[in-house]
Amino acid sequence: MSKLLSPDRSTVLFLGNEAIARGALEAGIEVATGYPGTPSSEVIESLAGVARERNLYVEWSVIEKVALEVAAAASFAGLRSMAVMKQNGVNVASDFLLHLTASGTRGGVVLVSCEDPGALSSVNEGESRYFASMMEMPLLEPTDFQDAKDITKWAFELSEAIGNVVMLRSVTRMSHASGNVTCGKLPTKRRNAAFEYDGPVMDSQTGPMISTPVMAKHLLRQQKLKDVQRMFDNSPFNRYTGPAKPDLLIITSSACFLYSCEAVEMLGLQKRVGILKLATTWPLPPNLLEKYLRKAKTILIVEEVMAFLEENVKVLASGIAGRVGVKTFFGKYNGALPFAGELNPDIVADALGKILKVKRKSLPADYQTDVQKTAALIPVREQTFCAGCPHRASFWNIHNAIALDGRKGFVCGDIGCYSMAALSPATGYHTMPTLHSMGSGTGLASGFAQLSRFGLDKPILAVCGDSTFYHAVIPALINAQHNRADITFIVLDNAGTAMTGFQPHPGLAVSALKDVVPAVDIAAICKAIGAKVAVSDPFDLASTSRILTSFLADKGSLKVLILRQACALSPEKKGKKAFDVKVDESLCIGEACGCNRLCTRIFRCPALTWDRDTKKAVVDEVICAGCGVCASICPQQAIVKTEVSAPG
Amino acid sequence: MKEKTFIKTRNVILTGVGGQGNVMASRTLAHMLVDAGYVVTIGETFGMSQRGGSVMSHLRISHDSVKSPQIPRGGADVIVGLEPLEALRVLTVYGNPQVCVLYNSRPVYPIGVITGELSYPSGETIRDAFERLSAACWEIDATSVGLRLGNPVLSNIVMIGALSKTGLLPFDRRRFEKEIKKTLSAGKYKVNLKAFDAGADMIK
Repeated sequence: MSKLLSPDRSTVLFLGNEAIARGALEAGIEVATGYPGTPSSEVIESLAGVARERNLYVEWSVIEKVALEVAAAASFAGLRSMAVMKQNGVNVASDFLLHLTASGTRGGVVLVSCEDPGALSSVNEGESRYFASMMEMPLLEPTDFQDAKDITKWAFELSEAIGNVVMLRSVTRMSHASGNVTCGKLPTKRRNAAFEYDGPVMDSQTGPMISTPVMAKHLLRQQKLKDVQRMFDNSPFNRYTGPAKPDLLIITSSACFLYSCEAVEMLGLQKRVGILKLATTWPLPPNLLEKYLRKAKTILIVEEVMAFLEENVKVLASGIAGRVGVKTFFGKYNGALPFAGELNPDIVADALGKILKVKRKSLPADYQTDVQKTAALIPVREQTFCAGCPHRASFWNIHNAIALDGRKGFVCGDIGCYSMAALSPATGYHTMPTLHSMGSGTGLASGFAQLSRFGLDKPILAVCGDSTFYHAVIPALINAQHNRADITFIVLDNAGTAMTGFQPHPGLAVSALKDVVPAVDIAAICKAIGAKVAVSDPFDLASTSRILTSFLADKGSLKVLILRQACALSPEKKGKKAFDVKVDESLCIGEACGCNRLCTRIFRCPALTWDRDTKKAVVDEVICAGCGVCASICPQQAIVKTEVSAPG
Repeated sequence: MKEKTFIKTRNVILTGVGGQGNVMASRTLAHMLVDAGYVVTIGETFGMSQRGGSVMSHLRISHDSVKSPQIPRGGADVIVGLEPLEALRVLTVYGNPQVCVLYNSRPVYPIGVITGELSYPSGETIRDAFERLSAACWEIDATSVGLRLGNPVLSNIVMIGALSKTGLLPFDRRRFEKEIKKTLSAGKYKVNLKAFDAGADMIK
């Protein structure tokens, strides 16, 4: 049995994302959708794992906007549903969201945004909390794992109570952290889907689901938010801990609550500092805040990235200053906490210590000195493509083709593991100078290609992954064709949404529920658009380089090269070597070769290392994935690959 | 059922390089401790952050409450390193004179070292640093044991076996057996138990 279906009252270790999934199951969810993105993916993955047993419909949608639309349809038909995405996914879904909050919803529908302060696995630390106030929808932020489950369950009830979508926000340190959770009951009854639309336009249960009449519906929504404030005032998920009259009141939410507790403990300030934990952060609960703002003159707001909570608390406090008195606020605006990056107990303790003039116990001075000296000996470990990664071979090919062409072409990057080609010179052979949102590489390339008339006369390339292709590249590619942009567009097709854990996408013949589905062929789409299309294996350096070189020389049209090779970590490949790779020591002539250590200085595979004693290349058998590409780059042919016979 | 109770929260950091089985090891350890009645919080990062880079799991083992998923600076009680350099890196941030360290001696070279731009400290230098900066340390060659058992990634379980023998955390072979019986297939179960035993045998 899946851990997610553990019996009522059992205590299990859940990932924050699993706790959210369990909460949804306890709420009796029928439909769950999402697009993969760290740190959100495990919510949908774990629900997909129990979909058959629980009779759910779960899908990986092609893009977040569609995920929310599919979830909304279930809500309109009276079912409970959830759409799950990472922070920037909410941007993508926001156009529909604007209209969804305006039309209202029926069955409970929850938008889950798992965000990444500090950009631990993102190229942005975008905030979706502002969408809650902008779209006027309630925002819930769990502060621990039990909360994550319980609040998710409650979010569906809240959504139904107000007839609108509710947003639940998590962060990496909640979604990808784990903790004890005591399970509740799983419902046994199911709802039937029925969509009514013949009633009066203002009837939320029988009328059409539309955003008009705009003003009337807008006012109705704002009225409902008054009810939400009352519910939030009485919510058991908001809690105060600390003395009756604290010297300082911390107001916090999300994982920052745990950092705040730890910071207070580290400084031994339990008798001086109180913590108001808010799980309901928009709209703020006015009476609850008034009650606790009365308790202290000094307020510290602890939150990550932007000052969303601080701004809203300040607005509320200024409105009731006559009753609660004037406060001294510490937070982002006065510099106590940073506006960027994630927090941790140390950052909060340092801020708190400074305000209350309390010093932290430090380590012995000689220990600290020794630690500093030792730290100086430790080389950095840059992120890099894995051993056997097809992207290393692809960028090797791209770099060489651009160099051969000689006109200093460049690559517009996109979102996937291959983004690392932009992050670090260690991986990309200096070819990828732009990196933005999903699909933007192709859009930018389409724009750069128009600039030759203004003097920017270089070959323009763009890359994207297979999942990204379906997500947001297609409109940009059609734009390129329609406007006759001369670009070489390369699909790095590694047979799955690899970076987030091999979720299926429309190019594969399998769905989230493991049903066989028709695969949507990238090459056929590109041909239908009118591009010249070629397919190659990036591990075949000779043929890939031939195609790329001819594409760069072929001016005036849209060219698409699909580089197909599965990710080295993919379930079908993992741990299985295609080749045994060894360096023949008699052939490797080390630094005398004249290649200037092409293998280890330039190619940069973590499995191909340099023996400082023998001064020759050596393959680390523990790390080598057996792709055999390095055998094609050695000018001495000293790297030898032998095919591994099928495992017997 | 709870068997033992710490007065204070125990802070454990498991570290290594992406792909060494850090996440699996930390979850196995945490599941055993939850089963033993503790409240465990794990903080970790995975996704793109793991690709060839340093990885870390923070385990907070408490008798009563959820803790911050990030351990404060200087706050580790136990460091388990699947790779020596990463164990040392963690020690320089989270170490203190009372910390105990168990680490695998087999290096995974960073790209900067492979290219020759950076240098990797010698085994001797690393050993000396651990001896100076910890209250107790154990070095074992877990990767070789993994290779002998047919898969180098088993080194993570070898380390868990060794950890059980150090007595730093409240779990034993019986608990491990119970845990992997739930999660692994029969074939994998056997080899994992072998790896556990081999690790335990390496701690004298």
